[in-house]
Amino acid sequence: MPNGLLMSENETNKEPHIIVEDLTMAYGSFVVQRDLTFTVNREDIFIIMGGSGCGKSTLMRHMVGLKSPAKGHVFYEDVSFWETEPEQRDQIMRNIGILYQSGALWSSMTLAENIALPLGEYTDLNAGQIREIAALKLSLVGLAGFEDYYPSEISGGMRKRAGLARAMALDPDILFFDEPSAGLDPISASLLDELILELRESLGTTIMVVTHELASIFAIGNNSVYLDPDKKTMTAAGDPKKLLEETEDPELRRFLTRGKG
Amino acid sequence: MNAAKEDITEPCELSFDRPADDTLLVRLKGSWTIEQKLPDVGEVQSQVKSNAGVKQIAFDTRELTGWDSGLLSFLIKIINQYANGNIAVQKEGLPEGVRKLIDLAFAVPERKGARKEAVREPLVARIGASAIGAGQSSIDTLDFIGGAFLAFLKFLVGKARFQRSELMLTIQQCGVQALPIVSLISILVGLILAFIGAVQLMMFGAQIYVADLVSIAMVRVMGAVMVGIIMAGRTGAAFAAQLGTMQVNEEIDALQTLGISPMEFLVLPRMLALVMMMPLLCIYADLMGILGGFIVGVGMLDISSTQYINQVIKALNLYHFFIGLFHAVVFGVLVALAGCLRGIQCGRSASAVGQATTSAVVTGIVTIVVATAIITIVANILGI
Repeated sequence: MPNGLLMSENETNKEPHIIVEDLTMAYGSFVVQRDLTFTVNREDIFIIMGGSGCGKSTLMRHMVGLKSPAKGHVFYEDVSFWETEPEQRDQIMRNIGILYQSGALWSSMTLAENIALPLGEYTDLNAGQIREIAALKLSLVGLAGFEDYYPSEISGGMRKRAGLARAMALDPDILFFDEPSAGLDPISASLLDELILELRESLGTTIMVVTHELASIFAIGNNSVYLDPDKKTMTAAGDPKKLLEETEDPELRRFLTRGKG
Repeated sequence: MNAAKEDITEPCELSFDRPADDTLLVRLKGSWTIEQKLPDVGEVQSQVKSNAGVKQIAFDTRELTGWDSGLLSFLIKIINQYANGNIAVQKEGLPEGVRKLIDLAFAVPERKGARKEAVREPLVARIGASAIGAGQSSIDTLDFIGGAFLAFLKFLVGKARFQRSELMLTIQQCGVQALPIVSLISILVGLILAFIGAVQLMMFGAQIYVADLVSIAMVRVMGAVMVGIIMAGRTGAAFAAQLGTMQVNEEIDALQTLGISPMEFLVLPRMLALVMMMPLLCIYADLMGILGGFIVGVGMLDISSTQYINQVIKALNLYHFFIGLFHAVVFGVLVALAGCLRGIQCGRSASAVGQATTSAVVTGIVTIVVATAIITIVANILGI
């Protein structure tokens, strides 16, 4: 039974969901980050944090299968994502939902059609059922009644929420958020944070968030990795609130205190 | 949803019970996921109808092994069905996650008036709307042409603001880089004209006039038309796509707010480049076309090369040449205007860029053909 409350806060009951091992990311000979090793547990809200240009989004692209690593592995449960058969890789990717920075909704389709596309491709549902599920997903993100709008007809914040509805279309086990609060007003941003928490609680989804928004990091994150842009590697991992209390790394301290610590 | 995927094999089942006179207990068993063939909500409705006196619907999910959006959408349909009736839907028996998601789905009520009504306008209204649209778009077009002309005047007095490097780059893109395709198409058009002419002229033993036919046709009109069509497809489309994408990225807004006119900064260099390059490309195409005719004439019609060249020189005069150049300049203006106009008018989405590009090419080719007809008729009346 997917009952998030039973397991989520129970520290002893953590099972690893995604393991990144010895990962080096590079564009050609330019190394973005090297030697990344961390574990994401089931039902974590895992924050990938770091300053601008440190490779946060690149790390996300490696984890979701858009870019292959220069070295190292990404394991989903026991399967090494980049070494396994293409069919299995597709299977894993289908289990991942991604909210892109600006929504990345397909502009020639209505919101309902955007959500219907993956459902039509990967399930045997009929058109009526697909439309019902699309309406359900939109109502979950607070966009009930906007099924027939085109992405260009709604505001940026609504586009982001519609992007989340599409990311959830196939009921994925893992949701990635790329800069969820970028371009949102503070109220919408905190509502989105609440929505992320709510989804984790009720669906038991593992959530990965790429962000440098401190408010979100402390509000929702229970695990994290910090990428240092100068040392080009990770310098800390763990619960961001504990990191703030315990860290002795001046760079990380400056990051977590907005340069005041 | 993790649990949903563990018991994928167990089919979902729906059964009913009446624990009390006024209660219908809905039992959900097995895995209720979108991979399954889920039961129809109608079954619940018919149970309610056939059991008079049901005042509430309750759920028993103790044997539910997995769920996802499939179950949610089933439950939400039931809730919506009895939303304003006198039958209450009790959610206590549902798993906690399901209850929370149902609350979330109903947390933001549907905004009044948000849903689009599919209104079918009567025919007259649609005709009227498209007439008004056509009127508005011709006003926009005139406005754009006026703006482009003003920018050109500013350029003449040396006050237009644009980057020389952009002008040079555009000249390179629509000039030198177009040479290979212009060569290929022009030689082939010359060949084709020569073949068509030869078939007729050979009947009179007048093969030598193939040289006249090909050279006059190419120089006077075909060279310019072929280059015009190539440039509409190649450069006009590129202009529209480039400016359209800039519109999508708000780059054009950024220029405007800086007080830089997009007309001067973006449209002017493109117009200048194309208007300068078109006559040059046209002359080149003329030569290539004549070469195509030469290949047929010398290679297949047994005309000696000196004979052919002499015939070409006799046939051509400067009138033909200038009429051809005039065509080319006009086409340059038309193609550049069409490309830039559609690019600037572009909407803010990927599909709008596609439409702008298509429209630029169509507008370019149509105006080229119309302009050719007009110039040919006028030249005929003037007797040149």
